[in-house]
Amino acid sequence: MRTLKLKKEKLDTFLFKVSKHGELWGPRKKGEVYIYDKIDDIKDLIKEPVTTFLPIKKLFLPPRFQMFHYNGKTYEENTEIFQQRIVYGVPSCEIHSLLIFDRVFGHTYKDPYYFKRREQTTIIALSCLPRESCFCKSTNTHVIEEGFDLAMTDLNDFYLVWVGTSKGDDLIRLSPDLFDRNVTQEDIREFIEWRERRNNEFNQTIDFVAIPDLMDLNYNSPIWEEFAEKCLSCGACSMVCPTCNCFDVIDEIELSDGSVKRERYWDSCMFKEYSMVAGGHNFREAKAERLKLWYTHKLHSFTGAYGKPSCIGCGRCIITCPVDINILSVVKALLTGKVDKNSLLTRKSK
Amino acid sequence: MSNPFSPEPARIVRKYKLTKDVKFFQIRFIDKERALSFEYRPGQFMMFSIPGTGEAPFSISSTPSRPGLLEFCIRKTGRLTEALFRLKENDEIGIRGPYGNGFPIIKMNGYHLFIIMGGLGAAPLRSLLLYTLDNRELFGRLHLLYGAKRPKDMLFKTEFFEFIEREDIECLLTVDKDDTGKWPCYKGFVNSLFQRIEDIKPDNTYACVCGPPVMYESVLNELVKLNIPKHQILMTLERRMKCGIGKCGHCAIEDIYTCIDGPIFTYWDVLHMKELI
Repeated sequence: MRTLKLKKEKLDTFLFKVSKHGELWGPRKKGEVYIYDKIDDIKDLIKEPVTTFLPIKKLFLPPRFQMFHYNGKTYEENTEIFQQRIVYGVPSCEIHSLLIFDRVFGHTYKDPYYFKRREQTTIIALSCLPRESCFCKSTNTHVIEEGFDLAMTDLNDFYLVWVGTSKGDDLIRLSPDLFDRNVTQEDIREFIEWRERRNNEFNQTIDFVAIPDLMDLNYNSPIWEEFAEKCLSCGACSMVCPTCNCFDVIDEIELSDGSVKRERYWDSCMFKEYSMVAGGHNFREAKAERLKLWYTHKLHSFTGAYGKPSCIGCGRCIITCPVDINILSVVKALLTGKVDKNSLLTRKSK
Repeated sequence: MSNPFSPEPARIVRKYKLTKDVKFFQIRFIDKERALSFEYRPGQFMMFSIPGTGEAPFSISSTPSRPGLLEFCIRKTGRLTEALFRLKENDEIGIRGPYGNGFPIIKMNGYHLFIIMGGLGAAPLRSLLLYTLDNRELFGRLHLLYGAKRPKDMLFKTEFFEFIEREDIECLLTVDKDDTGKWPCYKGFVNSLFQRIEDIKPDNTYACVCGPPVMYESVLNELVKLNIPKHQILMTLERRMKCGIGKCGHCAIEDIYTCIDGPIFTYWDVLHMKELI
């Protein structure tokens, strides 16, 4: 892979050039959280790596969007023109979440709504150091080899820039003079030091390879009931999880002309109605059943289908769940056979 | 990029009542080419789309050996079926598909087939049944075992009564309760029909079962007693579906999606699913 260097003070100039090429997106502050958003003023962009409230999936699978418009005769595919977008600041774990989505939405039938947005988006990944709730080294999603157009590693006074695709190369060509092709031995040493520092900073380690067996063995364990007693069925875990892709579809009738909008919106298997069929029978009436499905799908089924869990170690479930049901507390319970309330991160540390 | 979520325009050609709450629908793609070239396998399903109401999956009851028309046997149970029942002959609806794995017809060639159905389980299995009769030379013996609550609840009565006289199918029909006093066939649950079955070569037999949950346990018991291998016992599962193409997640059972990995599963597959045991 081609590597270049970009001086820190040149980042703004580069991104400004980029923003003329298409819509610039990236993390910005909103209230107390960071969100991925369209950046109109480059001053609003957070240049350092952050964990946003909602993951990058919202750019490719918006929380709610129109699929079709029925005009009384035919279903017209939503022809909303997708702008060319360039997203800056996507951490490596979230690049992996997109690689997972590429498989899910590309398997057997290609989901045009996802892939259109994917094709229209150029991604500038940004390496990061682990935060307290991160465990991407355990899920092996702390490094990326594909799924980005450019990737930047923040070293002392420059970024090491990896050119992943020809689309990424196009961005470099917008202002080739900003980049230095001469990566020295000194730079390489700096990169190796940075990598070691990152690898040593993880608080959490989970052996995900052993988890599918433990999920099987613990299928009837009382831990699920214990978690279920706490679970609020709020679905927040699904909303913030970068690899939750479930959706529901609803038709909305326009009262003025009787036309119909068919819309697709995020759903969660934590909601009671999720598995209810016509006639009222519910295949997962009990909360414990729904929790089991969520964790089976992430930690067991996906491993069977794709050889690795669909958890990317971003820690959003740890930050978000109001009652501390998350990958860490569930894995701990699977390992010990009991729900250890003291081992969970405290509110304060979030 | 073609859009697999796009419903295709179709027309309700015929619609009539089978029982109190079950109606029979004949549907045809409006595009003539599409109607005649449309291919599917018995056991597959279609998504119906009614603007303003939404979409829902329905098993195909017709056989691909009789192209042109698609037939469905539908019970009124929810919002979409209520809207569907209100539509009239010649009205348009959207359909997309076919989806699901369907029955492994090729593997079943040469085998003795048991088609065992209860109540509305006739909907997907009628497709296989008619397909087998249209390609009779491809299969071994053919048994149809069908149970309904009462004579008036039995679907496709006229069609199935004709089979009783045919030489190439052994057709056993039963009702739980005969409230007419005139029922000419058997009485009792479907599993009671097994005592009338003789000379089975279990290794050379496929059993296809569809019916209400209460029927499965007793029927599966009988089939296992006959030593039919568990991977040659096929059953269909029903789950909530929003997309039909393995994206929306609703029909997941552990690591499988009912819509693309099913809806036809072997008894052995089902025994593997912890959630179902």
